[in-house]
Amino acid sequence: MLHCWDGARFPPGGTISIPAKEFNLGFIRPVNSVSHGLRVFTCPLVNVRDALNQAMDEELERDERVFLLGEEVAQYDGAYKVSRGLWKKYGDKRIIDTPITEMGFAGIAVGAAFAGLRPICEFMTWNFSMQAIDQVINSAAKTYYMSAGAQPVPIVFRGPNGSSAGVAAQHSQCFAAWYGHCPGLKVVSPWNSEDARGLLKAAIRDDNPVVFLENELMYGVPFDLSEDVLQKDFVVPIGKAKVERRGTHITLVSHSRCVGFCLDAASVLAKEGVECEVVNLRTIRPLDVDTIEASVMKTGHLVTVEGGWPQYGVGAEICARVMEGPAFNYLDAPAVRVTGVDIPMPYAKILEDHSVPQIKDIIFSVKKVLNM
Amino acid sequence: FSWTCLFYTTHFYHTLLNKPEMQYEMETSSSNLSAVLTREQGLQYYRTMQTMRRMELKADQLYKQKIIRGFCHLYDGQEACAMGIEAGINPTDHLITAYRAHGYTFTRGVSVREIMAELTGRRGGVAKGKGGSMHMYAKHFYGGNGIVGAQVPLGAGVALACQYQGNNQVCVALYGDGAANQGQIFESFNMAALWKLPCIFICENNKFGMGTSVERSSASTDYFKRGDYIPGIKVDGMDVLCVREAIKFAADYCRAGKGPIVMELETYRYHGHSMSDPGVSYRSREEIQEVRSKSDPITMLKERMLSNNMASVEEIKEIDVDIRKVIEDAAQFAISDPEPPLDELCNHIFANDLPMEVRGTNPWVKLKSVS
Repeated sequence: MLHCWDGARFPPGGTISIPAKEFNLGFIRPVNSVSHGLRVFTCPLVNVRDALNQAMDEELERDERVFLLGEEVAQYDGAYKVSRGLWKKYGDKRIIDTPITEMGFAGIAVGAAFAGLRPICEFMTWNFSMQAIDQVINSAAKTYYMSAGAQPVPIVFRGPNGSSAGVAAQHSQCFAAWYGHCPGLKVVSPWNSEDARGLLKAAIRDDNPVVFLENELMYGVPFDLSEDVLQKDFVVPIGKAKVERRGTHITLVSHSRCVGFCLDAASVLAKEGVECEVVNLRTIRPLDVDTIEASVMKTGHLVTVEGGWPQYGVGAEICARVMEGPAFNYLDAPAVRVTGVDIPMPYAKILEDHSVPQIKDIIFSVKKVLNM
Repeated sequence: FSWTCLFYTTHFYHTLLNKPEMQYEMETSSSNLSAVLTREQGLQYYRTMQTMRRMELKADQLYKQKIIRGFCHLYDGQEACAMGIEAGINPTDHLITAYRAHGYTFTRGVSVREIMAELTGRRGGVAKGKGGSMHMYAKHFYGGNGIVGAQVPLGAGVALACQYQGNNQVCVALYGDGAANQGQIFESFNMAALWKLPCIFICENNKFGMGTSVERSSASTDYFKRGDYIPGIKVDGMDVLCVREAIKFAADYCRAGKGPIVMELETYRYHGHSMSDPGVSYRSREEIQEVRSKSDPITMLKERMLSNNMASVEEIKEIDVDIRKVIEDAAQFAISDPEPPLDELCNHIFANDLPMEVRGTNPWVKLKSVS
């Protein structure tokens, strides 16, 4: 059954003709699952991978200072095929395969940004960024401040972040909290194709270092993109969260893949009469506290949901901010976090499945907070 | 009468090369290993190096008076490196170095006033007091970098931008003997050679990485050979003309699209690693004295000019007096200029952005940040 966020129901399968205007107003959104994809003849289904690919393609075309470098981005079409076709179109000068030397090529990317280019530096996964983290923080993030505005650093670091499937501990860490900690960086974490497209365009056009946290498991997930979103100048503003689902009883704040889980949990809870408001952070830093506070002030209850570890994490920051601001007085219960389990990621499927937040964990936490 | 130029014909720099074919190239292309020094150049180099020397000694003084605080890594003794490099490249070329950067900040065009005011942390400093000793920037000068070795990939990246933009410019990326063992330097060598980046990698070997001599830190102290597949030149870094000619050769090589080049400048620092290091626990005072008396770069240049009648003793004295005035004036400014205003504390986080709010030390303190 396809659920619409305002409670209407549509029969499964088949096509529905919806006036483009009504669709663009966001009344109807597909659930985060291929089987529930809503096909509308005016709007194409674009998966996150293709959204990222198109965004890069358009920005490469728009500004010749933009270039992409990283491992396997060129002739291999990208380790996860995100840069498919770009090398064929733009050639060696703009799409550069690097040796396996993160610290070196991240530094080279930052140096190129110093000297006026606009690099996109891909880390095959954000786990490998630890090799280069000094260049991201000390050379990129801090330079504009240390130089008192003399040296901007227009660079995008991107790659898949967080857990995947069966890749074990060294390849599954979420870096939202680590990079979100640092002034001088913008940190974004898209969920769906619209987020991916709009935020990547915004990141590339931004004159500052942007950490762009993708999610490997989201690459293949399709979403409808409206006409507006497909415009060449469509950007999603960095620093603004989006309310994906309106609700009145409780606020769920999340980012990246977990947004989809929140929406799924919300559908299930709706059957029991609990209406969840789901906030998609889109940006980790700067955090859109205003949107979160407005929602909490409306619902009086807060659960944050993230894939990363709990200690010193994104959820911890959200709770602290809510405590320190006007929304605290509207809370009817303590704010609570749903997070990954505080362990290195195990390999076996059953263990891995129980190391990350599941929909049932979100539902359980919501009911606890609402004292149901 | 005219004192126009001095023509060196004898073996004026020790060219130790790691590739025999490089030796051949250098012999045939650089006119019998000779250099021409005109009077104007000589006076200019003298003035610049002496200014650097006096500036660093003044910084020493101010640090001991606690007017400069934190880190202060002084460059006195190594002036010929900075001067020779600047003389061999164009202002439109690029340069990046590590934290012993005051000399380069000057040769790359920042005034002594702005350098000293940055050291004292005042609003008139080149980074408005926000960077300090290790974070000074100028056009085509990318600092001033505090993390040992990190500047080398950055320099290779600047070189990539030069190649990408096809502007015929080169980037000089400097590092010390201590940094020469950093993995990221070898990563930079690899990519620079692979992609033929116009990057001149220069190791300023002053024999000590902080308190560790090169023999105790490096399995191979032939830093000019560390580039392996990249040609390397070893140069007497105390002789400004040697440095200049070597850089000219290197810059031409890079501009011709032949790829990167590695250079080792043999030099010496009179001060310790920083102001908190007296510099005599790991080397003898006699050693320091010997270098001062036999190989001081400024003395060597002065004596060359005097003995070849390119300048008179009075002229040199006049320049010295003039420099003293410049330094005094700069120090006065650096001491009297006010500190940066508190309401600018949070500025310069992001470029070309709308003003934003920054959290202060507690939730009630909301500070403003503009680009």
